[in-house]
Amino acid sequence: MPVTAVSASPQQYLQLLSRWHPLEIAFWLATLLPFVLFPTYLSLGSQIAVAALFALSLDLILGYAGVVSLGHAAFFGIGAYSAGLFSKFVWGEPFSGLLVAAAIAALVGYASSFIVARFRHLTLIMITLGLGLLLHEAANSANWLTGGSDGLQGINIWPLLGLFKFDLYGTTAYAYALGVLFIVFLMARRLINSPFGLALRGIRENWVRMPAIGANSRGHIRKIYTISAGVAGVAGAVIAQTTSTVSLEALSFERSADVLVMLVLGGAGRLYGGLVGAAIFMIARDQFSGIAPQYWYFWIGILLVAVVMFLPNGILGGLSKIITRLRGR
Amino acid sequence: MSATALSTRGLSMSFGSLVVARDIELSLPVGARYALIGPNGAGKTTLINLMTGVLTPKTGKIFLGNDDITALEPQSRVRRGLARTFQINTLFAGLNPLEAVTLAVAERRSIAAKFWQKIATHKEVIEEAYEILVKLKLGDCCYQPTRELPYGRQRLLEIALALATKPKVLLLDEPAAGVPREESGDIFEVVASLSNELTLLFIEHDMHVVFRFATHIIVLVGGAIFTQGSPADIAADPGVREVYLGNRKHA
Repeated sequence: MPVTAVSASPQQYLQLLSRWHPLEIAFWLATLLPFVLFPTYLSLGSQIAVAALFALSLDLILGYAGVVSLGHAAFFGIGAYSAGLFSKFVWGEPFSGLLVAAAIAALVGYASSFIVARFRHLTLIMITLGLGLLLHEAANSANWLTGGSDGLQGINIWPLLGLFKFDLYGTTAYAYALGVLFIVFLMARRLINSPFGLALRGIRENWVRMPAIGANSRGHIRKIYTISAGVAGVAGAVIAQTTSTVSLEALSFERSADVLVMLVLGGAGRLYGGLVGAAIFMIARDQFSGIAPQYWYFWIGILLVAVVMFLPNGILGGLSKIITRLRGR
Repeated sequence: MSATALSTRGLSMSFGSLVVARDIELSLPVGARYALIGPNGAGKTTLINLMTGVLTPKTGKIFLGNDDITALEPQSRVRRGLARTFQINTLFAGLNPLEAVTLAVAERRSIAAKFWQKIATHKEVIEEAYEILVKLKLGDCCYQPTRELPYGRQRLLEIALALATKPKVLLLDEPAAGVPREESGDIFEVVASLSNELTLLFIEHDMHVVFRFATHIIVLVGGAIFTQGSPADIAADPGVREVYLGNRKHA
């Protein structure tokens, strides 16, 4: 907490809480470094950006509203298939495809939010898990639409702005994924600092108290679940567009579990947690699978156990604790 | 008599074979200061839970003013002016008092669903929240996370959150529960200083406090109203002494 806040008026104080920290600016500048430092890793970079976007979407419901989901890949997959099908049957312009994918994912999110908003904890985990599995099998059996286990064929994405092709080097892909991530992040950041963001934190902090201050928690949860589904859909759409492939993996349980791991590693409820977690997870996967491809989850397992045991609020939570302690000295 | 702020008719409720509310008929006039007393397990908190909609009565009706609110959800009752506090702190541990009360004010003003404007731009909401905090002597610690506040301050925040909903009727469930006696006076000073238009019902075990602040006392025993009346009536009632006061070591 900034020391200057003590003398600030309540309004100024809340303003201070939402202002940009120099570390945040440094973080976003650092995301540009791969263009110069690791030009051969830009494909990985775009995958990280997509994973980060997906983790951000989960953070909105889990980190802020305390809504646990083990089936969030449903919306990622819906976004991916929507973007792929849109390019196949309508046209290949990426931005419109992205918006359509987001809208469809959000719509499905809205429909399922009526179930989701009624439950908490273990019940909710099981319901989201069930919905995710259901959708995975539905996509598997809808061969005529999704291509089933062969994946979706015939995706054709036009060059970005009519100029930049999504090539094998991944330069366009990384720029696109990073740009989308940044814009969505700005929106999420704005949302978190809004009255609605405060209400979400209220739900996370005390579900019982909310109705006693006149809050319609279910309405809030329906809303954030819809938004989160839309963001997950955007993440799915970006992966479909930048790789020109969509497979059932996009809807898989593993993807739902992975994104949860990323968020927990980085630290839920602080917007950057998912981003940092996604980067660590994806880089670890890239490096460890180089050592022994079939065993790389072993290392993720160790990392996860270590983080949860020693840094219960994730890596970012641990870092901020250390910084606070140093400042306090 | 003046107009009625809150009333119940034939309110009954049971958990299995245990009757926790038996045909409860209450009527709180506007501006009243009612105390609800009774031995442990008499159903005092249950009655508050019934009136606020946390529990659904088996039979009976609840009226806020002239409106039947029996079927309304808890949050809708709050929006109509029926607020409560909790016997066990039910606060937003990770928010500071300013954020928590700002949230409650934002909910009341129906701006809490807005996700596109920064909270800091809602000056009137923040100022209203701060005013409430200052009134409850929480102004100097309103930037501190709630979980770090001393217990007595947390009890005051319980009341601040309820006040932020601008209630017509406020139900206080042992507002000074767990607070040392020398500090519990502070909490009741705050309660006593609340507007005369606000109708109050409070549960309290300390008879000194009850007789000092209540204008009317309801004695609840075994889920039913045993008797009710002015503090003088209740003090003189031998039946009350027997079932309630007589059982207490400190009475």
